[in-house]
Amino acid sequence: MTSVPTDPGPADSVIPRRQHPALRSIKAIGLIRESWVGTIGLGIVLFWVLIAVFAPVLAPYDPTQQIGPLLNASPMSCAEPGQRYLNDQGIATTDGSECFWLGGDQLGQDVLSRIIYGAQSVLFFAPLATACAYAVGIAMGLLAGYKRGWIDDVLSRIGDIILSFPVLVLYVVIITAFGPSDLNIVLAVTFASAPGIMRIVRGLVLDLRNRDYVGAAQTRGESSLYIMFVEILPNARGPLIVDACLRLGYTTITLGVLGFLGLGLPPPDPNWGNLIAENREVVFTSPHSTLFPCIAISSLVLGLNMLADGLREVSLKD
Amino acid sequence: MVIFLAKRAAYMVLTMIAVSILLILLLEVNVGTLPTRVLGPYITQEQAAHWLEAEGYNRPIYVRYFEWIGDMLSGDFGESTRFREPVSDILWDRLGNTGILAFFVFAIMVPLSLGLGILSGMKEGSRMDRSISFLSVVTTSVPEFASAVLLSTIFVFALGWLEGTVGSGSAFNWTQMILPVSVLVLYGFGYIARMMRASMAEVMQSPYIRTAVLKGLPYRRVILRHALRNALIAPFTVIILQINWLLSGVIVVEFFFSYDGFGALLLEAAQNTDIDLIQACAMVAVVVAVGTQTIADIGYTYLNPRIRFT
Repeated sequence: MTSVPTDPGPADSVIPRRQHPALRSIKAIGLIRESWVGTIGLGIVLFWVLIAVFAPVLAPYDPTQQIGPLLNASPMSCAEPGQRYLNDQGIATTDGSECFWLGGDQLGQDVLSRIIYGAQSVLFFAPLATACAYAVGIAMGLLAGYKRGWIDDVLSRIGDIILSFPVLVLYVVIITAFGPSDLNIVLAVTFASAPGIMRIVRGLVLDLRNRDYVGAAQTRGESSLYIMFVEILPNARGPLIVDACLRLGYTTITLGVLGFLGLGLPPPDPNWGNLIAENREVVFTSPHSTLFPCIAISSLVLGLNMLADGLREVSLKD
Repeated sequence: MVIFLAKRAAYMVLTMIAVSILLILLLEVNVGTLPTRVLGPYITQEQAAHWLEAEGYNRPIYVRYFEWIGDMLSGDFGESTRFREPVSDILWDRLGNTGILAFFVFAIMVPLSLGLGILSGMKEGSRMDRSISFLSVVTTSVPEFASAVLLSTIFVFALGWLEGTVGSGSAFNWTQMILPVSVLVLYGFGYIARMMRASMAEVMQSPYIRTAVLKGLPYRRVILRHALRNALIAPFTVIILQINWLLSGVIVVEFFFSYDGFGALLLEAAQNTDIDLIQACAMVAVVVAVGTQTIADIGYTYLNPRIRFT
C-alpha cells in the first residue's frame, strides 16, 4: 500500500453520500411506485395486512359464533325474526338483525367474519414459515457458496434429493409422519423450501465471493461468519427480496392446499384453506362459503406475485 | 455419449436410493404412535406392542429397509391396511387413471402455452405481449383448489352444464374430464408460456434473426424456420419438468372432483396412515419425478449442441 491517492478528484462528487440504511429502505419502497403492477400488488397486500390487523374491529361476528337459521344462507341474507336456535348459552331467538353479508357456512357461521379472522392466521403462518425457510436456506447457501469444497457437495446433494420430490407428495409424507399442527406445518414448509432458497443464495454467493470487498475483508482478518453475513449477504439482497415475495405467495398457496386437503392447521383455525375444506361438501349446492375464501387467497397471492414482478422491474431499471 | 448416459443413469439411481432412505426415515420418526393411529385411540399398551411386533416394526430399521427395497424391486408393494388388498392391485389402476388425466392436460396445455409464449415473445413489449404476460401472472396466482371452486361455481352451480364429480366405476365420460383438465391447464400454462416468451424474446434479439429479416425473408418464415428451432430448446426442459408439478396438482384436483386417480390414493393413504400404501405411492411419485428430470437433462444436452457431453 504505497500509492496513497492524495487527490480524490472529481470522483468524490460522483459517489453519493452514504445514507442511513433505514432511510434507504424507505426510499426503496417508494421506488415501487414507478411500476404500476408493483403498486397494485403492494396495495392488495397492504389491504389484507390491514384486514388482519383490524380483524376484531372489522368482523361483524365472532368467527365461531353459530346462528342456526343462517346455515348455508346465501349472501346478503338476514334471519327472519322469532326463529329459535341452539347456541352455547342455550336457546336463543333471532330478532331479525342477524345478517351475513357473505352468507353463512355449513355450521351457520358468518363467512365474512371467518375470512377476516382467517387473514390473521394466513398472514401469520405464511410469513413465519417463509422466514424460517429463508433462515435455514440462507445459512446453507452462504456456507455452500462461501466455503465450497465438501460442505458445498454435501449440502447441494441433500438439496437435490429433497428437491427431487414432487413437493406436495413431500408435504403429505411429512404431515403423515409428524401429524398436523402449527409447528409441524412450519417445519414442513421449511424443510421443503429451504433447498430451493439455498440454490439461489449459493448462486449469488458464487458470484459475490470474488469481489474486492470480500478480499479486503479477508485481508483484514475478518471471520468467515462476518464476511458471509455482513459483506456478502447484504449485497445479495435484491434478487432475494423478489424471490421472497414469490415464495411468500407460494407458501400461502401451500398452506391453503394443506388446509383444503385436511392436512393443515387443525380446526377451528379459520385460515382460508380450512374454510374451503369445511364447506367442500356443499360446494355444488351453495358455493358462496367456498368461493369467497378462494377469492381471498387468490387475491393475496396475486398481490404478492404482482409485487414481486414490480420489484423485479424496478430493480432492473437501475 | 455413452459415458454421459451412464453417468446420468447412475446419478438417477443414486438419487432414488437416497430418496427412499429419506422416505423411510421420515416415516420412522413417529413409529411409536402408529398403532394408535391405525387401530384407533382406545387400544391398550399390549395391543400396541403386539401390533408393532406382528407388523415387524421391532426389527432394526436397516433390515426393514432392505426388505422393503427387495420387495419393491420384485413387484411386491405390501398390503394396504385401508383397502385390505395388495398395494400393487390398486396402484396400477389408479396410475392409469391419472395417466389419462395427465395426457389430456399435456395435450391441451403444451400447444396453448407454447403458442401464447411465441406470440408474446415475437414482439417484446407489444400490447399482445403485455396482456398475455398479465394473464399468465393471474392464472398462476389462482391455486388449483380455488380455480376448481370457481369453475364449478360457474359451470356446475350457476349454469348446470357439467357434473361436479367424476363418477367412479362408471363408463368413461368425456364431460367429466372437462373440469379437472381445465383446472390443471389453467394453473400450469402460465409458467411454460413465460419460459417460452423469455426464450423467444432472446432469440429474436440475436444477430442471425436480424440477418434473416434484413435479407428479406418473409416474417412468417423467419419465425417458423429460424427462430422457433432455437427458441424451443429451453421450454423443452420446462415442459418435461412440469410432470413433477403435475404430480402435486393431481392430488388437489383428484380430491376435489373425486377422481379415482393416483393423487387421491396417496391422500387417502395418508389420511388413514396406511404406511405400505404411502411408501409405494411416494416412491412411484419419486421414480416418475427423478426419471423425468433425467430425461429433461439428457434431452436438453442432446438438443443443444452448444453443451458438450462431459
